[in-house]
Amino acid sequence: MSVITHERFHGSIEPDYAAHGEKPATPPAGAASITLTGLEKSFGGNRVLRGINLHIPAGQFVAVIGKSGCGKSTLLRVLMGLDQPSAGSIRFGTADGSGERPNARIVFQEPRLLPWLSVAENVAVGLGDGIDKRLALAEAAAVLSEVQLAEKAKEWPSRLSGGQRQRVALARALVSKPGVLALDEPLGALDALTRISMQELINRVWHELGFTTVLVTHDVSEAVHLADRVIVLEEGRIALDVVIPQPHPRRHGNPELAELEGRLLGAILGAGR
Amino acid sequence: MPSPADVAVALWSTTISGQLPHDVLVSAGRAFAGLLVGGAIGFLLGIANGVSKVSEQLTDTTLQMLRTIPHLAMIPLVILWFGIGEESKLFLTSLGVLFPVYLNTYHGVRNVDRDLIEMGRVYGMGSWTLFRKVIFPGALPSIFVGLRYALGIMWLTLIVSESIAASSGIGHMANNAREFMMTDVVVLALVIYAVLGKLADVVARALERRALTWNPIYQK
Repeated sequence: MSVITHERFHGSIEPDYAAHGEKPATPPAGAASITLTGLEKSFGGNRVLRGINLHIPAGQFVAVIGKSGCGKSTLLRVLMGLDQPSAGSIRFGTADGSGERPNARIVFQEPRLLPWLSVAENVAVGLGDGIDKRLALAEAAAVLSEVQLAEKAKEWPSRLSGGQRQRVALARALVSKPGVLALDEPLGALDALTRISMQELINRVWHELGFTTVLVTHDVSEAVHLADRVIVLEEGRIALDVVIPQPHPRRHGNPELAELEGRLLGAILGAGR
Repeated sequence: MPSPADVAVALWSTTISGQLPHDVLVSAGRAFAGLLVGGAIGFLLGIANGVSKVSEQLTDTTLQMLRTIPHLAMIPLVILWFGIGEESKLFLTSLGVLFPVYLNTYHGVRNVDRDLIEMGRVYGMGSWTLFRKVIFPGALPSIFVGLRYALGIMWLTLIVSESIAASSGIGHMANNAREFMMTDVVVLALVIYAVLGKLADVVARALERRALTWNPIYQK
């Protein structure tokens, strides 16, 4: 059994850095580690995050799973600076040592493409304002071929299928070579077959570019197939922190992963009883 | 009622004499000056109130109140203020055009998909880029509705104000013809109004089609 499980007490003070180890391959220069300390988030009187302590080494692929309402999407939004934490801190370990949020990009559940811009122009949005348009479109074209949509560069987003639109959204996130990529249930709205090919695509680009990835999903199978490490959130706390050392790419139907998937599912469902 | 042939003859004779081209140009000039002034004010107020809470609280209620006054009811006051010169027509058409453009621009800006705005912010867009790339194109379909509505009001206001007090323009031509019982010229004036109105709408639709090619409704 090559699956190691760490069960932790809720709200442990120091993140257990050593237990998870760094990724064997050296992470690229841009990838950043993330350290959350005592992170809290309340909306009104509702405590959605209750003291999250977590260290994510640079280049690691972490999946956050849990029931709906467990706080996983809020965790991602706070991590990306979309919402401000009520308490606690987020530190990024970047090459310059500033601790500031590095070049971080997010892919939402919906593609959120601008319908009045062509596919290539939408991808170029990921490069920001201050860049020459021709250069931006050239870079966009390069990333579009990476997600196998090179021939759609001039189309309107409304002409694409749901899976293609989400690939464009992924390209928009990747075009600026982010150090951190946040995925907020990006495949939730896709059909099963499209989802599997998207999973392969995400796995491939993560291997090539080596950014730190935080994937929020309700799909346990997706989590165990893609991630180095799975975090189970339960009522705003980390209930389970599991490292999955198996090499990528992982085959669907792998018995060890299926066994782990079963255990994680049991943990999530059992938690509510 | 004059026969179509009489109207055609009237069209010919007034064109030869140069009266019709002159009056059409004068009327069209007034119409578009009013559209430009009123449309610009309505557009800017609509954008400002759609984007800024402060601006909305300061001006929206007042604008909604003014909107309920039929602008043609202001003709007596306008004549007292501006006389029967160009200013009175410009004022009335601008006022008539302002509100449909304002309302639809405001509505359009307020209804831009919040998710897209959030995406723009997360992807590092500054306020101007956010406006240029997300808010304005998102509000554009609604702004076009306002523009086409405004075009109708623009002609209506112009006809009324030209009939009451003017020394040139199609309204004046029709009113003048009435005094001499020239029904053919009166009907010709109506036909000209219809053609100008249709023309303005065709141009607006062409602009709309060109600006909104991304929208599946406008794709073949």
